[in-house]
Amino acid sequence: MIDEGIFKAVLQEIAETRDREIGCDECFEELDRFVTIQLSGLDAARAMPLVQEHLHLCGECREEFEALLAALRATGEA
Amino acid sequence: MRGPHKEAALADLRVLLVRGLRAALRGRTGGVEPSVEDFVQEALLKILDNLDSFRGESRFTVWAQKICVRTAFAEMRRSRWRDVSLEDVINRQGEGAVARSDPLTDPERATTKSIMLADFRRFMDEDLTEKQRVALRAALGGMPLEAIADRMGTNRNALYKLLYDARKRLKRRMEAERLSAEDVLGAFA
Repeated sequence: MIDEGIFKAVLQEIAETRDREIGCDECFEELDRFVTIQLSGLDAARAMPLVQEHLHLCGECREEFEALLAALRATGEA
Repeated sequence: MRGPHKEAALADLRVLLVRGLRAALRGRTGGVEPSVEDFVQEALLKILDNLDSFRGESRFTVWAQKICVRTAFAEMRRSRWRDVSLEDVINRQGEGAVARSDPLTDPERATTKSIMLADFRRFMDEDLTEKQRVALRAALGGMPLEAIADRMGTNRNALYKLLYDARKRLKRRMEAERLSAEDVLGAFA
């Protein structure tokens, strides 16, 4: 049995597949800059759309991004 | 991190990373007590090894915290799935239907879903490479990219790209069959 929730998530990813996407490494490279833009109150998604799209599609990177925000709030960087 | 005050700077950084990582992991460890100090120690080694790659586009502490979070999550995912093989995850799916999230789905709708799933499997068989099929089936089984990559002898980034190519192929095939991913999603809504 395939979990319906996971199947739907994969279908959603297929539907949102772009002609150009960056991988996890490139997203990771840019993530501290993305977070810094976001924490300064500017529109990081607009400034770095490829990172934004990768975070939307990649559950692992998105989880780490949210965790990083939590870490930075706890240490007063956010 | 260099020079005469290196040890003091490292000690300060360690304290900061531990505080940050504890907050980062709260509610994200699946109930398992995380080894925060161990993760931070491993991260510090990576940070020191990669100092030359810091580009100054953020604060150093933000860059370091990013490495720390990645280190911890990669290890936790590997650990959680340590005893699960690719075959376990794939075989669990069998050839059967999608597990219904709504037990009240009417039979006609259930049949439509089964047909669409069968079509999707056929597209996977006909349009994807063997590696892509294995990786996608493992992902459909809920296995994280790190765990899949380890078992396939590759890395997370290469696996993401393999799956990205698979998504493009499936999207093209589905559109050629006049069956968009949105159509299928609609059946499962």
